Amino acid sequence: MQQPQLLDEEAAFEAAGSADVLILACGAIAREVLAVVALNGWQHVTVRCLPGKLHQTPQLIADAVDAKLQELKGSYERVFVAYADCGTAGALDRVLEHHGVERLAGAHCYGFFAGNEAFEKMHDEEPGTYYLTDFLARHFDALVIRGMKLDRHPELMTDIFGNYRRLVYLSQRDSPELLERAREAAATLGLAFEHRPTGYGELQPALERFVSRLDLTTASPTSTGADRT
Amino acid sequence: MSDDQLDLSALTDDELVAQMHDDLYDGLADEIVIGTNLLLERGWGPEKVLSDALVEGMRIVGVDFRDGILFVPEVLLAANSMKAGMAILRPLLAETGAQRIGKIVIGTVKGDIHDIGKNLVAMMLEGAGFEVIDLGINNPVESYLAALEEHQPDILGMSALLTTTMPYMKVVIDTMVEKGIRDDYIVLVGGAPLNEEFGKAVGADAYCRDAAVASETAQALVLARRAAAAAS
Repeated sequence: MQQPQLLDEEAAFEAAGSADVLILACGAIAREVLAVVALNGWQHVTVRCLPGKLHQTPQLIADAVDAKLQELKGSYERVFVAYADCGTAGALDRVLEHHGVERLAGAHCYGFFAGNEAFEKMHDEEPGTYYLTDFLARHFDALVIRGMKLDRHPELMTDIFGNYRRLVYLSQRDSPELLERAREAAATLGLAFEHRPTGYGELQPALERFVSRLDLTTASPTSTGADRT
Repeated sequence: MSDDQLDLSALTDDELVAQMHDDLYDGLADEIVIGTNLLLERGWGPEKVLSDALVEGMRIVGVDFRDGILFVPEVLLAANSMKAGMAILRPLLAETGAQRIGKIVIGTVKGDIHDIGKNLVAMMLEGAGFEVIDLGINNPVESYLAALEEHQPDILGMSALLTTTMPYMKVVIDTMVEKGIRDDYIVLVGGAPLNEEFGKAVGADAYCRDAAVASETAQALVLARRAAAAAS
């Protein structure tokens, strides 16, 4: 199959495929969603992403998803939203209920990567835990240091991170480079470092359940309404 | 001062206060210190400087934070600027012996270490004339109860940022009910994932959607309670 292309992780992109099934994903898990699509050879599944930087401003997520679903209304037979609650405090669920669309279970991407149960345990063990995924390790400087203005105002470090005690890197892929970046991030924030490889965690089975329920996986790639893209 | 910088001393009082609102919004602590001192030199009382220049400026910041116009770094810079102004005013306010409006015990609930919003509320309440007992973060019910007993406040304020930790507010309120002390206090709750409905469901007196609302609500409920007590 044609390999999905990552066009712009921080803006929006569209994976290869035709237009029967849409996965509208957070850009912060774009690579992982595309990897699951590729692993399963889903040519009838289109992936679109919202900017990954929304991860840092959860209050903007529900409106952004709503606007995108509105824009794409009628273009796909089925839609799945690859977001957890992601700090929207139920606002995303209200949007999805309106559109009749389901999402990933759990509170955060950390939860579905680590496993929601394991994540809760980790949080109970140390509430002052700051989490990084591959995306956040890769973009730590842009999203956290520059995004939180710590480069220009290092005095905010204590205000923002003073209550954290450790950084846990939940890695999706085995990447020495990202591992090193995560370790450096912990050092920058003055936190103890832990690495917990998670792979795609509950993301992969959740997407597979969604697509398999559609009973479309055996459909011909040429019969999936590509003219609607 | 460079040529392109505004000379705050050349502004009228109204212009200076408006400029201080802008400077708070932009997180310019040095300018807030200059503005605060200028107003005091011009004979303003510390209470008026606090309410008109600082609290009103932070009210605007808090509303824009709630509405997604400002984000955490900008709010922290603004809050730090307000702190710089309050550091000048606090001893002066203590000297004047101004009557406190009331007392509040405030803290983030168990399992939650987020305190930016809570700190903002504490600052606004202090600015409004409350004595604030800040319990910090990750508070189990026992900490709240001990603080209520020790400080005998008018208000208990609880904050949470996580959907997973906000239900703990109900644990605290239910425990207060069990101990027969719930009605002795006004209970206010707040935090990004909360809403009005949640506040009612857990048995709080009010949900406060931002720091300015928390301050207004605290003042209104304390005055109402006192009026009711006086009438009975």
